[in-house]
Amino acid sequence: MTSPLLQIDRLTKRFGGVVAADAITLDIPPGEFHAVIGPNGAGKTTLVSLLAGEVAPQEGTIRFERSDITRLPVYRRSRLGLARSFQISSLFSDFTAIENVALATQAHRGHSFRFWRDARREAALRKPARAALARVGLAARAHVRVDRMSHGEHRQLEIAMALATTPRMLLLDEPMAGMGPEESVQMVATLRQLKGAMTILLIEHDMDAVFALADRITVLVYGRVIASGRPAEIKADAAVRQAYLGEKESSGHE
Amino acid sequence: MTASFDPPLEHAPASRLNGRTAFIVAMLAILALLPVYTTLTGDSFVMTLFSRVLILAIGAVSLNLIMGYGGMVSFGHAAYLGIGGYAVGILAKEGIGSGFVQWPVAIAVSALYALVVGALSLRTRGVYFIMITLAFAQMIYYVVIGLERYGGDDGLTIYQRSRFGGFIDLNNKTVFYYLCFVLLMASIYLVSRLVNSRFGLVIRGTRSNERRMRAIGFPTFRYKLVCFVIAGALCGLAGALLANHTSFISPALMHWTRSGDLIVMVVLGGLGSLFGPLIGTVAFLLLEEALSRVTEYPDMILGPVLLLVAIYLHGGIEGLLQWRRHD
Repeated sequence: MTSPLLQIDRLTKRFGGVVAADAITLDIPPGEFHAVIGPNGAGKTTLVSLLAGEVAPQEGTIRFERSDITRLPVYRRSRLGLARSFQISSLFSDFTAIENVALATQAHRGHSFRFWRDARREAALRKPARAALARVGLAARAHVRVDRMSHGEHRQLEIAMALATTPRMLLLDEPMAGMGPEESVQMVATLRQLKGAMTILLIEHDMDAVFALADRITVLVYGRVIASGRPAEIKADAAVRQAYLGEKESSGHE
Repeated sequence: MTASFDPPLEHAPASRLNGRTAFIVAMLAILALLPVYTTLTGDSFVMTLFSRVLILAIGAVSLNLIMGYGGMVSFGHAAYLGIGGYAVGILAKEGIGSGFVQWPVAIAVSALYALVVGALSLRTRGVYFIMITLAFAQMIYYVVIGLERYGGDDGLTIYQRSRFGGFIDLNNKTVFYYLCFVLLMASIYLVSRLVNSRFGLVIRGTRSNERRMRAIGFPTFRYKLVCFVIAGALCGLAGALLANHTSFISPALMHWTRSGDLIVMVVLGGLGSLFGPLIGTVAFLLLEEALSRVTEYPDMILGPVLLLVAIYLHGGIEGLLQWRRHD
């Protein structure tokens, strides 16, 4: 058996009296498409923030490729190959699409204490950026300023930027948030294409997408893992049905 | 901090001739030919005034690098003018008159000061950053007031301008003017290379969205710090020039209102544009000069003018020049 790429061990985060992550333990083997679902306030985004390094846990450890990254700053994790996308698009809105992605490429091609050469003319930065844009279907929109793009395009660009860092693992925080049905179909196509090419941890509200894509699913309720397994097992799980799927109808987007 | 200043990311300069390019070329031509006018008319006042414009424009270019491109609103930038000036003044008083020593010292001490201030202030943002840069500048201001040997509150007269062997004679006003002109052009060129390099894109990306920069793998702090130090060094050079220009330095050089003036020049000209700081400095100093002839309270008029610029002209004067229909 191959050792897991990401090992989360009893990870705990409390905000005041609220336990957002309650001794979460989870192993994700390389190549797996793993989805995390849960009702609003289950601590899904907290989990991404913990893994990305934006918040520090009180207890527990995170191992990536066997090395402990629990206390590593955000940028170091990105360097190791752990890339994330944001639930609320976090882009460089006054840059064009390709400039956004090229910057992500640049972060992983040596240091940037280079003061003279025009970085926009560096093929070594532009070519991979163009490839990443093509992968999410934005090739034709490369030179459009981000603040003039649609919401759906922003979501795709989020993914392209994560891809441009040549990650070993992607953390996707609700890539379909706020999308219309058509845009969602496109995003599912993008994700399906990525499946298998790299390890993916997806957090998502869209149940159809999750069950269509995931190899395994973990269900989070009040920061605690209540079930983890194959899609069919999750569908059949009594605790999940009661805690989550049962109330799906009433819960909207966050 | 960045929300209120949002200059568009400037692309590699287009060679197309438009109103803005024409304006800048005309302005540079006038600046380049000013000494000819002085020679013809014997009116040296204009050249003296514009030497000052060129020097302060270097300071504004430096501030624009961190504020316009980097989103770091330093409210203590005049401190570098003072440090650069006092480096020259103190060395001159101690008998070291060579510019080859004075100017590198002015630049190095300014850079060192920027390193200390930056290391402490760049961990904060927004209003806290502004307050810390101001606090440091005030500290230096009072330190200088305490330097009895170097004139304290009264300032220090510099009896001899920096000497550069036989190469450049700063006592010649025309030579000094052209030196300032060349150094200003060099600093604008330096900034133009810098902001389009990898380093520059990191700085601009950080202004736009620092959280994302870290998420894609940039240790943003060290880039901001280096940018802060480069700007400090450049403004220290302006300080050395200023001391030579006036042959006199005093703590007033680094009074906090001088830092405010520099911010005004940059905002007036256009944040995050290459020639904006020069345009802003020309406009500010000419306005100040003109108003001081007609009224005892130039600020009464300068204030409202600025208010209008801040409200209606987001790209400053430079932005007005390149105004186009938005699609």
